Amino acid sequence: MSEAPKPIVVDQPVTITVNGAAIQAQKGDLLIDACERAGTYIPRFCYHPRMNPVGMCRMCLVDVDTGRGPALQPSCMLECSEGMTVDTENEKVKKAQDGVLEFLLINHPLDCPVCDKGGECPLQDTTVGYGPGESRWVEEKRHYEKPIAISETVQLDRERCILCDRCTRFADEVAGDPLIHFMGRGANTEVNTFPDEPFASYFSGNTVQICPVGALTAKPYRFKARPWDLEEVASTCTDCAVGCSVTVQSSRDEVLRINGVDNDAVNWGWLCDKGRFGFEAIGSPDRLQGPLELHGDDLVAIHWSDAVAKAAALISEGLRSGGPQGLAVIGGARLTNEAAYAWTKLIKGALGSDNVDAQLGDGLPAELVLGLPGATINEACTPGGTIIYLGPDPKEALPTLFLRLRHAIVEDGARLIELTSTESSLTNLAAASLLVRPGETASAVRAIRGGGGDAGGADVEQVRRAIDVLSGDGPVTVLIGRTSAAESPQTVVAAAEELMTLDGVRFLPLLPRSNVRGALEAGMSPGLLPGRVRRSEAAAWFGQAWPTIPQADGLDTAGILAAAAAGKIDTLILLGADPLADFVDRELAERALTGARSVIVVDPFLNESARRANVVLASSAFGEVSGTVTNIEGRVQRVTQKVTPPGTARADWELACDLGEALGHDLNFDGVEAIWAEFQDLSPVHAELSLEALEDPANIDGLLAVAPTEVQSEEPLDSATDSADDSDGASAEDPSDAVADPAESEVGDAAQVAEPEETDGLELVSSPDVLRYVAANDQVVIPATDAYAFRLVARPDLYDGGTLLSHSPSSASLVKEAVLTLNPLDFEKLGVTTGAAVRVSNGARSILIPVEPSASVPRGVAACGVNLSGVAVSRLIDSSSLVTDVRIEVQA
Amino acid sequence: MNATPHIVTSRWETPDAHTLEGYQRSGSYSGYEGIRAALNIAPSAVLEQVRQATVLGRGGAGFPAGTKWGFCPPGVWPRYIVVNGDESEPGTYKDRVLMERDPHQLIEGCLIAAYAIGAAQVFLYVRGEMAHAQERIAAALNEAYANNLVGKNILGTDFSVDIVLHWGAGAYIVGEETALIESLEGNRGMPRLKPPYFPAAKGLYMAPTIVNNVETLANLPWLMCHGVAAYKATGSEASPGTRLVAVSGHVNTPGVFEVAQGTTTYRELFYSEQYGGGIRNGNELKMFIPGGASAPWFFPEQVDLPLEGRTVGAAGSMLGSGAIVVMDDTTDAVKACLRIVRFFARESCGKCSPCREGTTWEEKILRRIMDGHGRPSDLDLLLDIADNISPGPYPVASHPEAGLEAVPFPPRQTTICPLGPSSVAPITSALRRFRHEFEAKITKRDLIPLSVEPVGGRS
Ligand SMILES: Cc1cc2nc3c(=O)[nH]c(=O)nc-3n(C[C@H](O)[C@H](O)[C@H](O)COP(=O)(O)O)c2cc1C
Ligand code: SF4
Ligand code: SF4
Ligand code: SF4
Ligand code: FES
Repeated sequence: MSEAPKPIVVDQPVTITVNGAAIQAQKGDLLIDACERAGTYIPRFCYHPRMNPVGMCRMCLVDVDTGRGPALQPSCMLECSEGMTVDTENEKVKKAQDGVLEFLLINHPLDCPVCDKGGECPLQDTTVGYGPGESRWVEEKRHYEKPIAISETVQLDRERCILCDRCTRFADEVAGDPLIHFMGRGANTEVNTFPDEPFASYFSGNTVQICPVGALTAKPYRFKARPWDLEEVASTCTDCAVGCSVTVQSSRDEVLRINGVDNDAVNWGWLCDKGRFGFEAIGSPDRLQGPLELHGDDLVAIHWSDAVAKAAALISEGLRSGGPQGLAVIGGARLTNEAAYAWTKLIKGALGSDNVDAQLGDGLPAELVLGLPGATINEACTPGGTIIYLGPDPKEALPTLFLRLRHAIVEDGARLIELTSTESSLTNLAAASLLVRPGETASAVRAIRGGGGDAGGADVEQVRRAIDVLSGDGPVTVLIGRTSAAESPQTVVAAAEELMTLDGVRFLPLLPRSNVRGALEAGMSPGLLPGRVRRSEAAAWFGQAWPTIPQADGLDTAGILAAAAAGKIDTLILLGADPLADFVDRELAERALTGARSVIVVDPFLNESARRANVVLASSAFGEVSGTVTNIEGRVQRVTQKVTPPGTARADWELACDLGEALGHDLNFDGVEAIWAEFQDLSPVHAELSLEALEDPANIDGLLAVAPTEVQSEEPLDSATDSADDSDGASAEDPSDAVADPAESEVGDAAQVAEPEETDGLELVSSPDVLRYVAANDQVVIPATDAYAFRLVARPDLYDGGTLLSHSPSSASLVKEAVLTLNPLDFEKLGVTTGAAVRVSNGARSILIPVEPSASVPRGVAACGVNLSGVAVSRLIDSSSLVTDVRIEVQA
Repeated sequence: MNATPHIVTSRWETPDAHTLEGYQRSGSYSGYEGIRAALNIAPSAVLEQVRQATVLGRGGAGFPAGTKWGFCPPGVWPRYIVVNGDESEPGTYKDRVLMERDPHQLIEGCLIAAYAIGAAQVFLYVRGEMAHAQERIAAALNEAYANNLVGKNILGTDFSVDIVLHWGAGAYIVGEETALIESLEGNRGMPRLKPPYFPAAKGLYMAPTIVNNVETLANLPWLMCHGVAAYKATGSEASPGTRLVAVSGHVNTPGVFEVAQGTTTYRELFYSEQYGGGIRNGNELKMFIPGGASAPWFFPEQVDLPLEGRTVGAAGSMLGSGAIVVMDDTTDAVKACLRIVRFFARESCGKCSPCREGTTWEEKILRRIMDGHGRPSDLDLLLDIADNISPGPYPVASHPEAGLEAVPFPPRQTTICPLGPSSVAPITSALRRFRHEFEAKITKRDLIPLSVEPVGGRS
């Protein structure tokens, strides 16, 4: 268990004496931590460095003298003070340790041989290290029905529980889901759930990891292995873009468990259940074992040589007839940084197409994501800081980020302004929560910046509070993303631009799709090349290393799909993407798959879109490849191979090389190290990020890719945005200038961009400017809704029908059914019962969907999760309009 | 011997003393005159009077109220008063009678305390089972509110206080002040660790909070009416005033008595006609508990000790909650020990390992011994378990016959609160004095037949 004391800064040193030796400790640091930092471990059960101490188990008693004579005191509750004298191993302490352990063991079943925790059990280890040799207990032990399922995935054997309050504290204090609790009294005290209320928390699996005994076990791992048979590697979760540090554990080439690792910059040891339990999909029997080819109406297995040749043939045919514009790639977020770079090099640098987009219409413009002054999670969570949140519900989209934000607000006094169109997991934590009409976030932002207006319909009191919060000092961080897939990203861009002029503001972009940031950094976006540079500005630089450079900026996913639907795409490559399920506008995705002349799919699973492919190339999944990934912050962390891919599936980067070779372009990579080395050489923001540096234990938390100029970006973001402060009309002309050549005003900065040192032969051209976002100041005018229509909010749901959950047997039952949620007053007007199906239409298309009331949705809004099982709400979304209005009809 | 003044019991014989009219008409001072007197002087002056009078806490620890009130960190508001009416220690039933018979006196005491420390809210926590007391207090509160004695601008001054009545759910442990605070906050009643959670600094909702016992506060109206000198005229210098004792067990006339603190002796309590009226059936005294079930036992040698905290502490026990349980020579010491240990095992909140597991273990061993399945090694085992809950020599009375000295109060603890160590009191007391009774049950299987099943049946 990685439960070392959390890192601290010692700025108020005090001297304390531990077992006769004087040590320096931080004043106020808990004695148990201070001793451990100085090399003296004190045994413990209830104490966990990431939770508030409770002093319950009494295992950590030590003999402390603070001037009033020595006394046994729990070291987990005692703060270091000058002159404190501590003995952690005298007879008195040993007797107490013996005593506590004996007490804990009297009712403990000692069924270690059949207990999942046996072999890695703190109770075992502590007993061996500090306990009495034998027990004097001759009475009958406590018995309970065993095990009881406290949630879909977590089971509880109560007789093993030592009542340390870790799980219950975690649920209450960390997750904010107080669904498990102590019940009963004395020796009959037990942990349990309330009747009919399961421990339905997105974070329940953490309790299994921190339980110091085998009382809490997880369904996916229960009775699967003994700890000593497990091998593990350090890696990074790629189920969403928070990038939690994990260890991947396997036995006999099968991943059996994922545990959280304490990364001070990211997840603090916590994981969400999707990240923890989704690994079952890796070993799913549904995984593609090898490549497939369309024969008649069926996809049939073929040899790799044939598959690669076939795919290459499709690509070159396409290039011959339609040129590079006819080649398009959608996807890339599932890839490692290395695979993303290899594919970018293949498509952009060898085949000359810029039609590459790792986002599926659910993200933000890459220039905004990469070009705004960035904040880390720790910066966003600065004690006493201000957080402006406009994005997807973090609990649904970026779960451990939610835990970090919750901690910052509840424990560290950070203040949150939330702008959302339906209540979220943050609403109760916010100092000001503005319920904004879908699409009108920018007006709300204008209002909280003192610009007046109707604040997108938000409550006046909440606006007043937000203005008040913003007037305080402390850093301001904007967490920005798409609240709803039914609104155009333009609405978010407009809001971001309103916020750019805040003094010293920094942005943390919330793109939830696994390694999407890494894919963007590797250039998988139209108009960009690897390393946060514009194609238009970096052509010369890359021209030295790549055979070719795209001649013009390409299409984004919506553009690619539209072009495909119009018959203008010859070869569509789906790189770990399933547009039918994931693109915001399903109708368009369907037409595109029909319209594209050929479709090549690279994926570990035969998803819905893959069934429409001409060639399917089976690729490896998480745990089967090594390399690096990049999280929302731009933090680069390692992922490590632990098991071999099923059948003959190949790594994504290998497939890029295979295709390159078949097409006559040797990408020249013999492994991920070589790819990274080339990427590092070419990228202006990854200069410091060598693989050796990432291996260094000092960089266990990963390394940030930072633009060299960003170091002092206190400076104005750009001259154009200043106009936002001016009167409305005045801004009309200068923005267009700025857009035309944003780099011009920054020549000075550009000079500071460090040239990569080992650029063999590249010295002739100076490395390109790292892009900075320049406000476009486009007016976004949201049309009014008519009185009979509802404005649609399509929001993410953690338990969606994505590949991971649907192929993880233990969690599959958690996937939610699509349902349309309305305000109770609107619901009542319909005169239907909960669960009744209604017809929802956008004028052109309609779906039948069950409906339910919830006060979390404001009047006039209809909310639904995206990509749930049942109906696809994306059928109603037109990706070309700003907002989506629908009508609801009751079925007769 | 001077007649002891009735400071808190002066209306116990008045049938309608629980009404406002009865409270103001009868008794050793005039109802709600105490708060009037307090309101005429500065809050700090009220606090000073309480400090000078040395009003000792009557809830168990005997800590002077004035000193405790002074611990509120200056300038930190809001502050709260919490009244501890959870009285549930076996043998203790004084607060119940105080609340039932003279609820206005308690309300007035609350007002005086709130005024002195600057609290605008008082929480009156009454044990769940005391329905009658709750009803009486509720009715009295309604009357007091209706007559501008509680609420906004009390008696036309700018002093305003709300008093909230809260019913407990029936756990002994919520009598412990930090557990009571947890319970008031809506949480499971489990004690907080002191330090850092001393209520006066970090109490209810982490705000400064004064927790006082019902009887402690009930003393205040009389004190404000009659002054410090009159208060200190009764009792000893260190323990002035009176104190309520609840005498139960094998005396002829058990009951709650108001006696002078510091001077009255146990002998008077047991044998005087005014109080206990002698041991039943003319039997001999075998032992007695001088201050509630958690107090180590005393024996005939200690019967002439005065009810004075320091003296009793030095002799190895405590005055505690004023519950005195008398046991005559027909009492089975092992069974008595089991009964008390069983209480603590059942009432352990389960928070800390030594108490949760240790008290039940003690109970199981004692039960086995009672049932004739004891082993000779069980006695030392019991003492060692006790030592793991409360390390070092445990407070116990002297045993002159065996040449054993007293071990003074208080005990040490590996636990969070004193409940766990309380379970040790009967074990060390009984084993030191009556080891032969335990041995008889173990080696000779010499069972004293159980005449009565313990309430609630066997465990
Ligand atoms: C296990 C335990 C139970 C207690 N029960 C009570 C009780 O029922 N009533 C009470 O007034 N004090 C009780 N106390 C003492 C309180 O913690 C606290 O000291 C007291 O209420 C303070 O009031 P006082 O200073 O007026 O005595 C108990 C203490 C412990 C450790
Ligand atoms: S929890 Fe630990 S000590 Fe208990 S049975 Fe399991 S392995 Fe053994
Ligand atoms: S179940 Fe585990 S974590 Fe929870 S209280 Fe019991 S021992 Fe602690
Ligand atoms: S000593 Fe007993 S009652 Fe007190 S906190 Fe510990 S378990 Fe609870
Ligand atoms: S670790 Fe300190 S009491 Fe449990």
